[in-house]
Amino acid sequence: MITAGIDMGSRSIKIVLLEDIKVEGAPQIKYDMKKPYLMMPGDLDMDKAAEIAFDSACKEAGVDKGSVKRVYATGAGRKQVTFAADSVTEMTAGAKGAVYMFPNVKTVVDVGAEEGRGIKADSTGKATDFAGNEKCAAGAGSFAEAMSRALQLSLKEFGEYSLRSDKTIPMNAQCTVFAESEVVSLIHSSTPKEDIAKAVLDAVASRVCAMVRRVGIEKDVVLIGGMVHNVGFVSSLKKALDVEELLLPEHPEYVAALGCALLAAETH
Amino acid sequence: MSAVMQQTTAPEKPEYWRWQENTWVDETMNWRDAKIVTCGIDVGSVSSQAVLVCDGKLYGYNSMRTGSNSPDSARNALQGVMDKCGMKLEDIHYVVGTGYGRVNVPFSHKAITEIACHARGANYMGGNKVRTILDMGGQDCKAIHCDEKGKVTNFLMNDKCAAGTGRGMEVISDLMQIPIAELGARSFDVDEEPPAVSSVCVVFAKSEALGLLKAGWTKNKVVASYCQAMAERVVSLMERIGVEKEFFITGGIAKNPGVVKRIEKIIGIEALKTEYDSQIAGALGAALFGYTLVQKGQAKQG
Amino acid sequence: MIANYGYKDGSGDYYISIDTDKCIECGANRACLTACPKGMFEIMTDDYDDEVAWIKAQFRKSLKYDCADCKPAAGYSSLPCTTACTPGAVKHSW
Repeated sequence: MITAGIDMGSRSIKIVLLEDIKVEGAPQIKYDMKKPYLMMPGDLDMDKAAEIAFDSACKEAGVDKGSVKRVYATGAGRKQVTFAADSVTEMTAGAKGAVYMFPNVKTVVDVGAEEGRGIKADSTGKATDFAGNEKCAAGAGSFAEAMSRALQLSLKEFGEYSLRSDKTIPMNAQCTVFAESEVVSLIHSSTPKEDIAKAVLDAVASRVCAMVRRVGIEKDVVLIGGMVHNVGFVSSLKKALDVEELLLPEHPEYVAALGCALLAAETH
Repeated sequence: MSAVMQQTTAPEKPEYWRWQENTWVDETMNWRDAKIVTCGIDVGSVSSQAVLVCDGKLYGYNSMRTGSNSPDSARNALQGVMDKCGMKLEDIHYVVGTGYGRVNVPFSHKAITEIACHARGANYMGGNKVRTILDMGGQDCKAIHCDEKGKVTNFLMNDKCAAGTGRGMEVISDLMQIPIAELGARSFDVDEEPPAVSSVCVVFAKSEALGLLKAGWTKNKVVASYCQAMAERVVSLMERIGVEKEFFITGGIAKNPGVVKRIEKIIGIEALKTEYDSQIAGALGAALFGYTLVQKGQAKQG
Repeated sequence: MIANYGYKDGSGDYYISIDTDKCIECGANRACLTACPKGMFEIMTDDYDDEVAWIKAQFRKSLKYDCADCKPAAGYSSLPCTTACTPGAVKHSW
């Protein structure tokens, strides 16, 4: 049976197709994850975009669209996936996907473009508690993105620059809009870009960390969402959380879509 | 989105946020006749005002954009109004600093928070029936409840988040390439009033506004939607301190009818009209505090 | 006077209110100063020359994060600051 998970994020659509593999005598079902698919919807209407993305994802993975048994959706725009059988929250999907990838995970830190949150998960991948930063750009990737623009660095460079700094400059502004002016004044006062980048990522990490603390930090801890790709953020977050190990999935942006596809597969 | 960002940050960009600077003195009065001349200087994040008060009466003011540092901004604001009436610094008995840069006002005798000063100034400009004061500045928003003497009874301030501040307005002004002074009028030039943009956060509201433009909304309609969101946001802040008649609006946003009229509509109370520039409320309150302090001092000595 | 320190952003309302009338003649020996694990309270003279508590400026823009340790997501029954303030001058909005 093939199922699909569609994560309708604020910036991009992520799709994962899963096929279960029956192994004679094995107690648990195994899944084969097809090639994951990501699309930036750009100017498209979200509901149209979801359909186009789904068609392309099936084509890319070499799966006949008609053979997909069940589709689940998650993410901010999950209600716009009209062909989905059901939709689940980002917390439910994220916890499910993370625990599937790392069975010993108890704490899931999810930092995407627009939201940052801490999720507590049980051994079955069920989200039991969460605390987050919704609807405020300061606690998520878009804060770092706006600041990288002010520094005229790509997001990737931004993270790398941050790693080269060992300074701790506190940022006063808590709001993305005000922080942009603060960064500009730091640039004017000839503060090295490395130090500014670290100050910015430390600030996001400390906000995310405060949210994770609310659910409690219990080993193992995994970071999912697009910010995994930012090496500077990962380093800042690890320090803020004060954990020995911070697990990082190979395809961090697809974890919620994977969780979604798993939930679709487990429905009978 | 990035294409638009680059466009709006191009060097030839006109400054859409800029308010007019102005200076005024009451020609019917002569400061040389006054027993006590006091001055209030409000150094805000965006604009700075100096107000002169003669024997407890408003005499003159100057309002200008805040420069790169607080002391110079304070000095320039004061110089502007002193030049207009031929006054010198030594003619002023007492100077009170207020606003964001209040501790950095040179030659000031005392610093008082802008909360207390705005209430006092609004009490003078709007009369003793004023109970609710909304001050929307460049980088903050304050809601104040006061008694008949202009003493603060309840207040809150929000300088953490750009939503509901002049800065939030500048963002939409830049995005739409419409001068900030025209936003209000443009927001009413729509066939029907649109619902507010759903995001409170300025960053998200900006993406939302871009999405609405792409979806075929006119610029005016998007501005209307944004002004409505701004009004709803500010009203939600005011509700924490309680909204009671009379209602007075100070600060730069008072000049944006697009937000003011929508606030009035939501709370069902019209803001008091004033003949003065409402931006001077803080500095005026500071000067009035100064006047009271000088009077008290003289009473002690006498 | 009710003094509200904090902010409201897209994610919610985060204000600590201090009723200065109950605070002027503190009946709890300024217990708030030591009760808060982050030492967020401070005594100052306000604009009307009253000695009252306020929240230090560096915490006012980040209450959601600074108070998070005292407010587990699973719910809390009492906060150290509001419990210590027996006159009932301190309140949290969230």
